[in-house]
Amino acid sequence: MSAAPLLKVEGLRKTFKGLVAVDAVSFEVDEGSITAMIGPNGAGKTTTFNMIAGAMAPDSGEIALAGQSLAGLRADQVCHAGIGRTFQIVRPFPKLSVLDNVLIGGLRDGSSVATALRAARETLDLLGLGKSEDQPAGTLTLPERKRLEVARALACKPRLLLLDEVMAGLRPNETDELVATFRALNKDRGVTILLIEHVMRAVMALSDVVYVLNYGKMIAHGTPGEVVADPAVLECYLGEDTEI
Amino acid sequence: MTWDVVANIVIGGLLTGLVYALMALGLSVIFGVIRVVNFAHGEMTALAMYAAVLLFEGWRLDPLLSIPLVAGGLFALGYVIQRRLIEPFISRPEHEQFILLLSVAVILTNGMLIVFGPDARGVMTDYSFDSYEFGLIIVDKTKALAALGALTTALALLAFFRYARTGKAIRACADNLIGAKVVGLNVPRLYGLTFGLGAAAVGVAGCLLALVIDVMPQIGPELTLLAFIIVIVGGLGSMTGAVIGGVLIGMSEALAGLLITPSMKSMLSFALLIVVLALRPQGLFGKRAL
Amino acid sequence: MSGDGAPGRFGLTGREQAALALFFGAMALAPLVVGDFLLSVLLIVFYFAFVGQAWNLMMGVAGQLSLGHALYVGLGAYAAAALYVHFGVPPLVGMVPAMAIAAAAGASIGFLAFRFRIGGVYFALLTIAFAEFTRILFSHIGWLGATEGFFLPVENRSDMDFVNLRGSPEMFYYILLALTGLALALVRGLMGSRLGYYWLAIREDETAAEALGINIFRTKMIAVMISAAMTALAGLVMAFYYNNLFPGDVFGMHRSIEIILAPIVGGLGTLFGPIIGAFVLGILGEGLTIALEAAGIATAGVKQLVYAVFLFAIVRFMPGGLWPFLATRLGFVRGGRK
Repeated sequence: MSAAPLLKVEGLRKTFKGLVAVDAVSFEVDEGSITAMIGPNGAGKTTTFNMIAGAMAPDSGEIALAGQSLAGLRADQVCHAGIGRTFQIVRPFPKLSVLDNVLIGGLRDGSSVATALRAARETLDLLGLGKSEDQPAGTLTLPERKRLEVARALACKPRLLLLDEVMAGLRPNETDELVATFRALNKDRGVTILLIEHVMRAVMALSDVVYVLNYGKMIAHGTPGEVVADPAVLECYLGEDTEI
Repeated sequence: MTWDVVANIVIGGLLTGLVYALMALGLSVIFGVIRVVNFAHGEMTALAMYAAVLLFEGWRLDPLLSIPLVAGGLFALGYVIQRRLIEPFISRPEHEQFILLLSVAVILTNGMLIVFGPDARGVMTDYSFDSYEFGLIIVDKTKALAALGALTTALALLAFFRYARTGKAIRACADNLIGAKVVGLNVPRLYGLTFGLGAAAVGVAGCLLALVIDVMPQIGPELTLLAFIIVIVGGLGSMTGAVIGGVLIGMSEALAGLLITPSMKSMLSFALLIVVLALRPQGLFGKRAL
Repeated sequence: MSGDGAPGRFGLTGREQAALALFFGAMALAPLVVGDFLLSVLLIVFYFAFVGQAWNLMMGVAGQLSLGHALYVGLGAYAAAALYVHFGVPPLVGMVPAMAIAAAAGASIGFLAFRFRIGGVYFALLTIAFAEFTRILFSHIGWLGATEGFFLPVENRSDMDFVNLRGSPEMFYYILLALTGLALALVRGLMGSRLGYYWLAIREDETAAEALGINIFRTKMIAVMISAAMTALAGLVMAFYYNNLFPGDVFGMHRSIEIILAPIVGGLGTLFGPIIGAFVLGILGEGLTIALEAAGIATAGVKQLVYAVFLFAIVRFMPGGLWPFLATRLGFVRGGRK
């Protein structure tokens, strides 16, 4: 784990018609780390993701990937800069096969169709979708679709992988499987991961650093252990006057 | 070119524009509420015009008097189209709906061509050549009556949607379909009524237009395009927009016909459509974004 | 919509390849067997098959319904014809600027549509507006004949001058047959390429496609421009076949509607749809003409009416078109394919 931050977000701000969704959020993601962003629903986590990924323009603030500013870039340009992302509500290409879905991601860096095809098969195996490769993506179960989404994002060979609540709706054993997959990706392939999660099981198991958002503001950060014990964090989840 | 010539032409355009506005209002209602792209709108208008012409030729019925009959007939047609044709298609992809209505339009146009022949037919009432004179301003009686009829009908429609319970129910469907269903409104029936009303407006507009211009089968597609241009320029979802848009287009086409060649006057409208679509898709008064 | 897991995944199965070879072979021999009238019918069929394929590209990819494709036919036709008549430029050379002009027009429409997010019915209206505007414009350009028409000198028709496109109907037939075959090959080739995959992705889910590094605007524009250029080529061929051009006839909306008939009837977004559709409609049309003549009915508009009814029936009852239906019946594929 190197000391230089791969992703640096400073003073990010986004308002929707008077509602401040993201309020002066600043954080860093170190290269090679797994960083989590947690917080109650509506805290501004996905909005932050969307701004990082270029799907939404911030009102103000800076976003830099390995020193390169991502300001004003479109989503496809951000992808080329090195960020891969999943969507909170999965968006597979439903009529295309699982293999085609991932293959398309693999074409990003200019690989030939044949090369991308081979890489796609490998990625599918990694995420346990190998046997479904010819199925239309729309016929997969939800957990399978989530894994497909990850596989597809991985296919673009990102330096930073943004995962938006990929564990939602999974059974504990499925969660553990996915956690193991991400750990392996992080260790063996050196993929830096920034994830939004509600499933604390996964957050505790995976993260090196956790950031907590509430009402658009960053209210705490630290190791998982530190954050979970932080009174401010407990308050935002459980309300005031809570006795532990 | 003296000012009175220009003024006469502009006024003429304004008056005819009001009738076009009524036709467009029908489309605005259909498009705005049910979100149906009625590519057959102009063809339905042509149908109404032919009906008025036939009633005149057969029974010497002044188009103004034909209105209840024609509007009623078209109301029924609209209701049936909505419930038999559109309703089963609600869940299908958008382009299928277009093409369905497009084929209906072509069927109507060619049907009219086969039945009535390609020649222009018009209505020649006793007062077809009368005019009202205000100093140098000369207004055709037919245009004046047609415009008055259009305005009255438009206001009646607006009042219906504003004050009548059914009208409000229809607006509710347009504003919030799920909410409307939750509240228990019979959406299919209301949609049928809406299309019927839009078609009835077209029926009235057709009778009024018959007073003012001749009808030929190929006028159908032209009127369809005109209706869409008016609705888009005036603004989707805005009935006042449709009326004002119609008047504006009527006047600008008249002016264009005067300043450039008459045969080029539609070019202005098409150019306007392109500009509005690109720069201000919600039109002048539109509430809904595209 | 995707292939069977082998590289060249949109490649044709052995059965399909055989059927295609048989088909094109038979069609190549047709002029030797059929009379002049039937040849002219076949010629039109292949025109619609070719143009339908071009239109299919835009619809299947940009996902936008173009109801103004006659614009590109007209631009290609008039550009090449004008260059030939006024400047002596042979169409084989003139086709380059002709296709470029059409591509530019397509790019303009595409730019407006994609930059300003005009979709659905608004896009269709935009295309109609462009075509109509151009129709009226050309009706007033004297240099191009205006409403009186633009005429190409009719040279000796039995010469086979490929460069100047002067020749017998057989020559034009072979040209259109070849173009149809080439279009088939082109689309098939494109769909197996990165561009083709990107097109599929955009059609499925634009937002997800963008997140994978696909430049939506540029990718859509390419589709539009290729579609426009191909269509212009068809227009060029027909200009030199008929030797006369009238704005109302060339740019008219009825022409744009004709163009969409074959691909929709045959199968939207499929590779073979346009050809199947063109043939079915051709047979329908000619059968109808013969029947009407026999019955002594000579009214205009009957053919159009029947086509419209047929279109209605297909969209109502078989929206995928005839090809997917036939393909499963004839044992070509297990499902629809592009």
